[in-house]
Amino acid sequence: MAAVTAGSGAGSGAGGSPEATGGSTGGGGWRRPHGPLQRYYGPSTAEAAEAAPDPTDIDGPHFDPEVFMNKVRSECPLGQLLAREAALGREIRALDSDMQTLLYENYNKFISATDTIRKMKVDFRHMEAEMDDLAANMAAISASSARVSAALQDRHRRGAQLAGVQALLRKLQALVEVPGRLRRWAGTEPARALRCHARARAVLRHYRHLPSFRAIEDESHAIMADLAQRLRTHLRCETLDPKELTECVEMLLQLEEPPEELSEEFLSQAGTRLEAELAALEAELPAADPSGTATTPPPPASDILDFVDRGSSAFVGTLCQLAGSYRALFGGDTGRLEPFAAALATRYFELLERRLALERGLGDTSLLVRALDRFHRRLRALLELLPAGADAAAALVARAARERVDRYLRALQTFFLGCLGDVRQALAAPRPPGKEGPGLPDLLATLAASVLGQLKAVLAYVQLFTARDVAFASLPYFKGEFCVTAVREGLVVAFVRWLCHTARGFADGPAERGAPAAPPALLLLLARLCLDYENSTISYILTLTDEQFPPQDSGPAVTPGPALCGEARAAAQRLLDHYVQVQGAAVAQMLRKSVETRDWLGTVEPRNVRAVMKRVVEDITAIDVQVGQLFEEGVRRAQSSDSSRRAFSVYSSSRAPGRYAPSYTPSAPMDTHLLSNIQKLFSERIDIFSPVEFNKVSVLTGIIKISLKTLLECVRLRTLGRFGLQQVQVDGHYLQLYLWRFASDERVVQGLLDEVAASAAHRCLDPVPMEHSVVELICERG
Amino acid sequence: ARALTPQTAETDAIRFLVGTQSLRYDNQIHIIDFDDENNIINKNVLLHQVGEIWHISTSPADKGVLSTCYNKTSDTKVMTCAAVWRMPKELESGSHESPDDSSSNTQTLQLLCHLDNTAHGNMACVMWEPMGDGKKIISLADNNILLWDLQESSSQAVLSSSAALEGKGQLKFTSGRWSPHHNCTQIATANDTTVRGWDTRSMRQIYCIENAHGQLVRDLDFNPNKQYYLASCGDDCKVKFWDTRNVTEPVKTLEEHSHWVWNVRYNHSHDQLILTGSSDSRVILSNMVSISSEPFGHMVDDDELSDQEDQHQEEKIKEPLQDSVIATYEEHEDSVYAVEWSSADPWLFASLSYDGRLVINRVPRALKYHILL
Repeated sequence: MAAVTAGSGAGSGAGGSPEATGGSTGGGGWRRPHGPLQRYYGPSTAEAAEAAPDPTDIDGPHFDPEVFMNKVRSECPLGQLLAREAALGREIRALDSDMQTLLYENYNKFISATDTIRKMKVDFRHMEAEMDDLAANMAAISASSARVSAALQDRHRRGAQLAGVQALLRKLQALVEVPGRLRRWAGTEPARALRCHARARAVLRHYRHLPSFRAIEDESHAIMADLAQRLRTHLRCETLDPKELTECVEMLLQLEEPPEELSEEFLSQAGTRLEAELAALEAELPAADPSGTATTPPPPASDILDFVDRGSSAFVGTLCQLAGSYRALFGGDTGRLEPFAAALATRYFELLERRLALERGLGDTSLLVRALDRFHRRLRALLELLPAGADAAAALVARAARERVDRYLRALQTFFLGCLGDVRQALAAPRPPGKEGPGLPDLLATLAASVLGQLKAVLAYVQLFTARDVAFASLPYFKGEFCVTAVREGLVVAFVRWLCHTARGFADGPAERGAPAAPPALLLLLARLCLDYENSTISYILTLTDEQFPPQDSGPAVTPGPALCGEARAAAQRLLDHYVQVQGAAVAQMLRKSVETRDWLGTVEPRNVRAVMKRVVEDITAIDVQVGQLFEEGVRRAQSSDSSRRAFSVYSSSRAPGRYAPSYTPSAPMDTHLLSNIQKLFSERIDIFSPVEFNKVSVLTGIIKISLKTLLECVRLRTLGRFGLQQVQVDGHYLQLYLWRFASDERVVQGLLDEVAASAAHRCLDPVPMEHSVVELICERG
Repeated sequence: ARALTPQTAETDAIRFLVGTQSLRYDNQIHIIDFDDENNIINKNVLLHQVGEIWHISTSPADKGVLSTCYNKTSDTKVMTCAAVWRMPKELESGSHESPDDSSSNTQTLQLLCHLDNTAHGNMACVMWEPMGDGKKIISLADNNILLWDLQESSSQAVLSSSAALEGKGQLKFTSGRWSPHHNCTQIATANDTTVRGWDTRSMRQIYCIENAHGQLVRDLDFNPNKQYYLASCGDDCKVKFWDTRNVTEPVKTLEEHSHWVWNVRYNHSHDQLILTGSSDSRVILSNMVSISSEPFGHMVDDDELSDQEDQHQEEKIKEPLQDSVIATYEEHEDSVYAVEWSSADPWLFASLSYDGRLVINRVPRALKYHILL
């Protein structure tokens, strides 16, 4: 379409060159005749309508020859006009010939259609005549058939009479044959014999006054008695499946045997059968060890789900089936059935319990839950029969669940111990130089996260027990008591308690009797862990547990969170105290050895701070770093920089002269004694091994107190020469320079060091203290 | 001052001996008499010029005989020696002079004999044979146990036997006690963290409590009424009670002090009363009923009591079952280095601190009646 318009556009618009026009008209002329046809058939009408009506478009529907002629005439030069005319003439001729061809083709078709119609008209006429013939014949047929049936009616009646007689005869024949048949089937198909007998019996009884029938009846009776006898022996035979058993008993019942006797027989048979199944189940269990658990039993061959599956499908299925058929056979009298079933069910429970006891490992809880669930579901059918068994079954399931929870608790404990072991190892592992090992915070975070994760995982497992699609979860036990007693108390609370206890164990246990003591860093770590538990984790865990296992309002009392927090806090406190004691003892030991092994009388004039003091400062700095990784800074009582410290000592000048007197001014020893006594009246008593707070400063203060008190006591045990005193003076000053910043109250450090100096002066043969400036110089150089 | 002892042989008057420690002045032994009725303290001073006194003990047989361990200081060396002394006759039984006189009237001790320790090292303590006739003493010198016989009215000390503790490192005895049981054939010593028992006849070790304390063991005492029971104290702030037949675990542990425990003493007649002194400046009196020789609750003649009294009695019986701290005495301002019960009055004890303060205390009256009745 687009090509056509383009062609016509070119034809009209490109006036200048005839060659070009000729070329274009040649292309367009060949296609143009199809244009109107296409337009007629195709969807082009819509498109054409869209274009603006162009009266000069020779192919357009609005073509106006006048306008076109006028336009051409007015616009085109003569040469072009001529060329146009010739082109149009050619086009018209081509169109004419096309039209003729089309006309001709269509005309042929029209003629052949006319022929066909004409032929049809002739055929129809012929058919009409034949239909008339058919109607006449049908009428004749019906008439003759009526006649035939009228003729045969009488014969038919007689035939029917004869058939009745024959049937009667056949029945008689059957009756006569009854004994024979019975005899034949009694051997092979007792059921069929019975059916046959039952059919015949009524008739025989009815006609027993006729001698021939009586004979038949007697004979069949004899046969049936024989059959009953044989069925009984069959019944006693061992290998009957429940269906056969039921059939057998049913037949005997039909033979009008006494039901009492039969029911007994039935139960005993069923009993053997069920016993056999129980025995099969039992065979899967390892032999019960009466002497206790001498050896660990080998892992059971099949998993618990399989076992329960088989148990329920075999045993419970059979039991149900038998009980059902008993009811069907002997009516509602279940007086005998119930104790029977109860005894068996009890045995079954016992077996299952033993099997459950074998589930020692953690295995797959979902498997266990599914097994228990299946057990419970299967049992429900049985329970309708045996209401007493319901409690036993529920108790069994509850016990199993409880057992599993206990086992999880133990697994959690093992896991925690494992984690601790890892941490210990990480702490103990030698660190390659230049490469820092994992920091304490990392270890703490890992430990806390993994323990919490494990706890959550366990909770998730345990939650399977109360999942909605598990049948027994709707038992009242699982709704209330299980959540509270087993999970919350038995698992979560017990775990937290145990954790605190274990942590305390590190503080209480190893210090005695030289057992391998826990590394101090571990103590610190655990202290922080317990503190974190107190602060947040316990409440988080409890909330989580309460969410997952909503407690019943009327449930048993639960351990409140604060009580647990208190325990955790106490454990943390104990651990931290122990940490302080251990670290303090380490530093103290160093100081003690250094004081005890030195010859204080014969020492030379001090030139340096003793190496051990540097070591003490280093150690305390290291402890400071270690503690700082896990605990907050804490509050100092007198925040002071080096410069303000001097101001402080001026401020407390009422005390200072006395304090410094023994070491810096040579005065009479008795005087200093008196002075220091007076001082002590004013200064607070210092508790050396006192509980610390949960912050860095308090911990460090505790350690420093222990160390300095040790130094004091050791110095008091020695006798010093002049230079010994001076050495102590130097060491004391050095310690004061470096330690005050760690302590919460620098007065504590100062007080203790003053006492050290005073004691040293007292224990000195020739108390000539060093010049303060020299002391400072040595310390600064050191 | 560190040295304190009751006058063991004296059973009528309450008397303690205190030795002073001073490097630059003459040291003294103060004889402290306490008049219980009038609540008066009387003091007599004896000069002890050889050196500062680290340990003092008195003969159980002769009131006037005592022994001291003292430091002899030369220019470059300190040596701890021991000697047996006799005090002047008139002071033996405590002449009641007025305090004013005593300060001016200082008398000198009479030297009986030296315990020659040149071969054995520093003397840590001297022990008299309890219940003995004042003829046998044992001294601990560095790592040696020395058993001496005092002859010719104590004027000569003959070394009768000795034993040495062998081991790696420098082993040093810190203290020892002579057991009053087994016919006085056992002593116990402490070195570092270990407590050892010795048989004085063979001078062999009979038991050893390794790591009795976490740190240094400072003192020991035997239960006067239960022959296998022993108390120890040390730098880990604990007091532990041991049954020497089973040395793996302490019978009981007390953790009441907040610094090193320097001294532990059983009351001589009521062994549930335990006295401890510590460098946290406290003296603690504890009641350890559960491990004492005292039966739990008193055996009462039920027949003589009416029902009402009977009930009353039962309540009382339940009470003494608890071990408890009876009292904490905080009179001292400095470390307490010695505590001792009086040998004359079982309800009285003295404690001595570094600054030289001696404090005499009584067991609370209520407890006393509770124990007696």
